[in-house]
Amino acid sequence: MTAANTPTTLAGQRSRSPRERLLDRLFIRLTLVLAVCTGVLLAFIVLVIAWRSLPAFQQFGLSFITHSAWNPVPGREDFGVLPMLYGTLVSSFIALLIAVPLGLGTAIFLSEDFLPPQPRMVISFLVELLAAIPSVVYGLWGIFVLIPLLQPVGQWLHTHLGWIPLFSTEPVGPGMLPASLVLAIMVLPILTAIAKDSLEALPPELRQASVGLGATRWWTIFRVLIPAAISGIIGGAMLGLGRALGETMAVTMLIGNANQLNISLLAPANTIASLLANQFPEARGIQVSALMYAALLLMLMTLLVNILAEVIINRLKAKYE
Amino acid sequence: MMNGATPQPEPVFRIENVNIYYGHFKAVRDVTMYIPKNQITAFIGPSGCGKSTILRCLNRLNDLIPSFRLEGKITYHGKNIYDPDIDPVEVRRKIGMVFQKPNPFPKSIYDNVAYGARVINYQGDMDELVERSLRRAALWDEVKDKLKESGFSLSGGQQQRLCIARAIAVEPEVVLMDEPCSALDPISTLKIEELMHELKANYTIVIVTHNMQQATRVADMTAFFNAEPTPKGGKVGYLVEFDTTKVIFGSPKQQATMDYVSGRFG
Repeated sequence: MTAANTPTTLAGQRSRSPRERLLDRLFIRLTLVLAVCTGVLLAFIVLVIAWRSLPAFQQFGLSFITHSAWNPVPGREDFGVLPMLYGTLVSSFIALLIAVPLGLGTAIFLSEDFLPPQPRMVISFLVELLAAIPSVVYGLWGIFVLIPLLQPVGQWLHTHLGWIPLFSTEPVGPGMLPASLVLAIMVLPILTAIAKDSLEALPPELRQASVGLGATRWWTIFRVLIPAAISGIIGGAMLGLGRALGETMAVTMLIGNANQLNISLLAPANTIASLLANQFPEARGIQVSALMYAALLLMLMTLLVNILAEVIINRLKAKYE
Repeated sequence: MMNGATPQPEPVFRIENVNIYYGHFKAVRDVTMYIPKNQITAFIGPSGCGKSTILRCLNRLNDLIPSFRLEGKITYHGKNIYDPDIDPVEVRRKIGMVFQKPNPFPKSIYDNVAYGARVINYQGDMDELVERSLRRAALWDEVKDKLKESGFSLSGGQQQRLCIARAIAVEPEVVLMDEPCSALDPISTLKIEELMHELKANYTIVIVTHNMQQATRVADMTAFFNAEPTPKGGKVGYLVEFDTTKVIFGSPKQQATMDYVSGRFG
């Protein structure tokens, strides 16, 4: 398009009516307005939360992050979010630690031809259905099924491996372990689905080339297929991490909501999301501001995870293409 | 079909009465021929005549297709490679493959070549093996300064030579090539053809090609396949004629071969 910008009517072609052109322009404007609305909404939420957290920021500064206290008693207010920050990171990390091998294994199984296509489709559908279970149902299941099931396991861990700090406390029921396990189940579907899609999207020539060189199936999967699909696999894990960091309902029902830092996985703990859900009804004054500050930190964390995911994916893509 | 007048080097493969099915669909019928050692054998014929299918049977690559079934015998040095006690992985280590589209792994040039050697747990000097293989594939001078770069950074012709280097690094006896030049420009094609002539001394080469000039340029022996309609409305491939390239293109015994090589159909 080197010619002038003025539209020219081509010979023999019906020129477009002014009404048609007007509609065209209106449509472009409309999409622009809608796009701007979405952006403004995001900016509005972030700005309001940042604004409302300002009093807490002025009072506690950055020590809010490194300080363990949650005392809303008027006159003696003292807030620090370290235990919840720790709980958020550790519960999400454990969830990924469990979900990544499980999800990747499922994805490999479903992307290979171990089963005929129909049963394979049923299984991938079931895995994706895990995502359709509401969070509160996971919480309920956790309370009435998982926690009783884990009780003897926790007792055993404490009795026999109690010298390891991770199992140093008596299991009391709710705590880091059941919350992390339920989080692992909740992030499993997205992780599995994305890993499976990226494995299935690989060109069949890659597999043929490896098999044609005398590689076994396992060698082919671990040396060629997974490295080639790694950006998708890591991207899926990061999306799962984002979900785990912000998950509220199931966690708040299972984690015990103890605002104390305890290294033991058997002890009750807390996460930022769970803290917000539990504290907002009675909060007033500086406590609201402290909650807003904690919310801002949670948003920053998920933002960082998402940026990190993008960077990792782009790095690996550049390397492999 | 087999011509007794031609010089008969020791055959590496013997294909005996082979029928190939995909599910209930018969893709290829009654193929009987041999592949001579240290020569280039070309498979030519119109699309859908089963030449690629036969090629992929020679290293059991068709095993990747679940509905695939083979009747008859393909012997490699006298041993039927479709015997139940044969491990297809072992077969493929002896019989390498170069594909239609260059398909380097998403790894460095070095790791691409070293891949097969790592598969067989090669104990020798890996650097030396990589250099030797790249030299044999006539690619060394172009890539020696960027062995750590991705295989995808190369041009299409270079990628295909990288795939050839990768295939010969495991010291196979046979290299199968499935239309190796169809995605390449004429200069790259010529380079690959020169390379094939050089590789002939050490390897037995079987090449599927759509390009008849290419067959006359590179092949010692040529097999012409054709397809015929079946009563059920499908198509089944069969071997029409197998002889020296000179006979196939000069004085074929079958009218169909004559028609095909003179460009009257296909």
